[in-house]
Amino acid sequence: MSDLNTTMVNEYRSNFLKEVEANVEEGRWVKMCMQCGVCSGSCPLGPAWEHPPQEIFMMIRAGKRDEVLKSESMWMCTSCYNCIVRCPRELPITHIMHGLANYAHRLGLAPKMNPTRRFAKIFWDNIVKSGRVNEIELSLRLYFMDGFKNGVEKAWSMKDIGLGMLKARRLNPLGFVTHKGCKDTKGIHRMLKKAREIEDRRKGFAA
Amino acid sequence: MADMKIGAYVCQGCGLGERLDTKALAQVAQKEGKAHIVREHEFLCNAQGVAMIQKDIDEEGVNRVVIGACSRRAKAEAFHFPTVAVSRVNLREQVIWSQPATDEARELTQEMAEDYMRMGCAEAKKVVAPTPNAAVGTNKRILVVGGGVTGMTAALEAARAGYDVLLVEKTAALGGVMAKLFKRVPFREPYSDPQPTGVEDLVAAVTNEPRITVFLHATTTRTSGAPGQFSVDITTESGQTQTENVGAIVMASGFTPYDASRLPELGYGKSPNVVDQSGLEALALAAAAKGEPMRRPSDGREIKSVVFVQCAGQRDASGTHLRYCSGHCCNTSMKQAMYFKDQNPDIDTVVLFTDLRTPGNGEDFYRSAQKKGVTFTKGKVSGVEAAGDGSAVVKFHDLILDEPAATMAGVDLVVLATGQVPNSGVNIDIPADATDVDDKPVEHAVSVLNLTYRQGPDVPQLKYGFTDSHFICFPYETRRTGIYTAGPVRRPMDIAQAMDDATGAALKAIQEVENAALGRAAHPRSGDLSFPTFRREGCTQCKRCTVECPFGAIDEDEQRYPQFNEGRCRRCGTCMGACPVRVISFENYSIDSVGSQIKAVDVPDEFSEKPRILLLACENDAYPALDMAGVNRRVSSAFVRTIPVRCLGSVNTIWITDALNSGYDGVMLMGCKHGDEYQCHFVKGSELAAYRMSKIDDTLKNLNLEADRVRNLEVAITDMERVPQLINDYAAKIQEIGMSPFKGF
Ligand code: SF4
Ligand code: SF4
Ligand code: SF4
Repeated sequence: MSDLNTTMVNEYRSNFLKEVEANVEEGRWVKMCMQCGVCSGSCPLGPAWEHPPQEIFMMIRAGKRDEVLKSESMWMCTSCYNCIVRCPRELPITHIMHGLANYAHRLGLAPKMNPTRRFAKIFWDNIVKSGRVNEIELSLRLYFMDGFKNGVEKAWSMKDIGLGMLKARRLNPLGFVTHKGCKDTKGIHRMLKKAREIEDRRKGFAA
Repeated sequence: MADMKIGAYVCQGCGLGERLDTKALAQVAQKEGKAHIVREHEFLCNAQGVAMIQKDIDEEGVNRVVIGACSRRAKAEAFHFPTVAVSRVNLREQVIWSQPATDEARELTQEMAEDYMRMGCAEAKKVVAPTPNAAVGTNKRILVVGGGVTGMTAALEAARAGYDVLLVEKTAALGGVMAKLFKRVPFREPYSDPQPTGVEDLVAAVTNEPRITVFLHATTTRTSGAPGQFSVDITTESGQTQTENVGAIVMASGFTPYDASRLPELGYGKSPNVVDQSGLEALALAAAAKGEPMRRPSDGREIKSVVFVQCAGQRDASGTHLRYCSGHCCNTSMKQAMYFKDQNPDIDTVVLFTDLRTPGNGEDFYRSAQKKGVTFTKGKVSGVEAAGDGSAVVKFHDLILDEPAATMAGVDLVVLATGQVPNSGVNIDIPADATDVDDKPVEHAVSVLNLTYRQGPDVPQLKYGFTDSHFICFPYETRRTGIYTAGPVRRPMDIAQAMDDATGAALKAIQEVENAALGRAAHPRSGDLSFPTFRREGCTQCKRCTVECPFGAIDEDEQRYPQFNEGRCRRCGTCMGACPVRVISFENYSIDSVGSQIKAVDVPDEFSEKPRILLLACENDAYPALDMAGVNRRVSSAFVRTIPVRCLGSVNTIWITDALNSGYDGVMLMGCKHGDEYQCHFVKGSELAAYRMSKIDDTLKNLNLEADRVRNLEVAITDMERVPQLINDYAAKIQEIGMSPFKGF
């Protein structure tokens, strides 16, 4: 997808660290990690990560570009902010995790089938379309992202919650028809396009 | 001497009057203690009470004062009667406060108090107020050996405090290691950048200080004497010797970097591109002189990548290399990485560490290094190999990612953080003619001080060749009174710490010349005027005192009799404890002064169910712990009679056999911890006591007594909870083995 994918990375050289510093949100903080492991120990999902945050930071310094960018790990972050609260070096770990995920996605290296990535994509496309989330469409797309049969099963298993939400008027069943977008959808699209251009230029992505 | 006249005083304050029959105590002092004057007072330490005692001294000719009140550790100012001998009877902390405040306990509490009165009177008969030694040395000049940052700082501090200093430096110039550094680690906020060392200013200050005389190219080739009267030969390279007198010595002989050629696996010696930290400083200085960046030593090529290997030959559990951490090297590597980063941020600098240790404000310095882009990787280096192009490959085990075979290739320069090896001179614990496992003679280091002491030419070492020093209580004190070590010869350290150390040692040296001039002891019996004397006619020349004195105070005279150097003596009494024929004594502390206290105790008969246990407690730690237990009202057995001793080293086994012979049921000794992490204030006292006690089993066997009749215990000053427990456990043990068969003889 981009030249960046073929960047030569030396083991234990700072090339990748520098790339992260330049292109990943809050990436300039990575070098400040002192490897205490408090973040990994604090993350409620830590045990489920292949490479918890501390390790990710070390891998970046060790120049393990592919392993990091192709990893599922940072996609596991639920933004609970436990790690940020506890990091003695005050690294914005949560933001770095999202930054890394986003960067990997932009490079096309992120694991295609990662559920968080897929959800994020569906959510983004949904919200961008009209400038506002169409909830019923979002939920249905989410249910049926793995095919019709799977979708029906998933929906059935969630039916009680769904009915409850309908009763409580938290879900509009007619959302497909009645969903209203923002006033100036075109203006929003123009804005997002511009933002993307600026970001691409800054991070060196081909337009 | 004038006739002995004892005045005994019993205080009724602090609850003593309520818990004790003070009238009966006064009677005991009079009838049994043979006190000439006895008085009770409701508040003895107040002005009126003290005046009453002083009046008896002045008008009635009282020359021994027995004070039955609080611990000798309390009210020392009030009960200070320097012209007479004073015995303090501890009725408060160790009698009424350590016994239950109940009616049932009254009888035993009173018995305890009466025994202590008897003991106090018995001691008073055997002691006199010490008169200062006549052979004092009054020289107040201070000799500093070593002209590095430690020595220069010590010299300046002493000079600025008004003392003349002789500064002896082996090389041609002052400055030591500090002069060989490009920059130093910062000592001040914001702890972010390497700083100029400031060595020129320091050298200039020393050179311009009129009180300091500098000897360059010079060594100390003979040191004899004692505090206040050392005589030192200073010999210059040309062979000229001059003899100087000084009062105290600061030994600041510094360190030598560990020999990196013993680390061939890390590439040292194989490639010029592998250097140690001092090698890197040399490169940096040379480059700075030329105004150029540092270049690769092998071919002068530009340096793009540097790896720092921490703990090179340090913290080595196998014992092949240094076992310890030198403390400064992590900060030093960061500083050196900054040399590169500050000049060109594109140079890759990686610090490979297993544990990063950044004492002091090093944590801020660490953060600054990270900000500058120095990379820190936790890994254990297994090897450094040369690649064809002159670069190196560093192999290591990445400890975070757990990659045993991680490598870094294309490294232009490898810096090994090797440690500090103290320049402490000869290890006097190894005999001069010792041989190693292969029967080859052991190579001895060159002596620094060349002491003429019988015990050897340098100060004793403790661990890993660093000079002996007690890190909590007396860091600069060596076991050679009046000689203080400072800087990395004492323990590994950096410049800032060495400067603090130098200041501390200079102050100790000043204290010592002042004390010595008055004939007073140094720490821990500071101010003590007593000193040991021996009865020549009785001495068998066994040399135990000479050998066992922890401070090397005793030499031998021409007739092979012990020769006491009072100025070097710390008044521990170890010699007194060692002497098998008991001819060594102090005016206010002797075999007799303690022995007669032991005998003064009233030992009830076998059927009384009242055992007697003697407790000999070290006055530095155990006795204060006992006092503190009393202050906290911790109850301990009423059958124990405690006598404070200067050090367990001063305990002569005769006291123990006498006690057992006269019907005591058990003897406890409480002293400080010994061994490498000793807490003994006299360093070797408790160790020697433990050794002597390990031999007492034979004596017990001869007396047909159980081994448990003597118990030697290690306690610390903080043990106020434990000490009563130990006493009670032992009392229970005695109950279990039963009363001594020696009662009533
Ligand atoms: S808590 Fe902070 S300093 Fe510690 S490992 Fe995690 S990111 Fe690094
Ligand atoms: S914010 Fe993310 S990375 Fe941090 S503890 Fe929570 S889930 Fe883990
Ligand atoms: S053993 Fe102690 S009291 Fe005796 S000479 Fe040595 S320092 Fe002095």
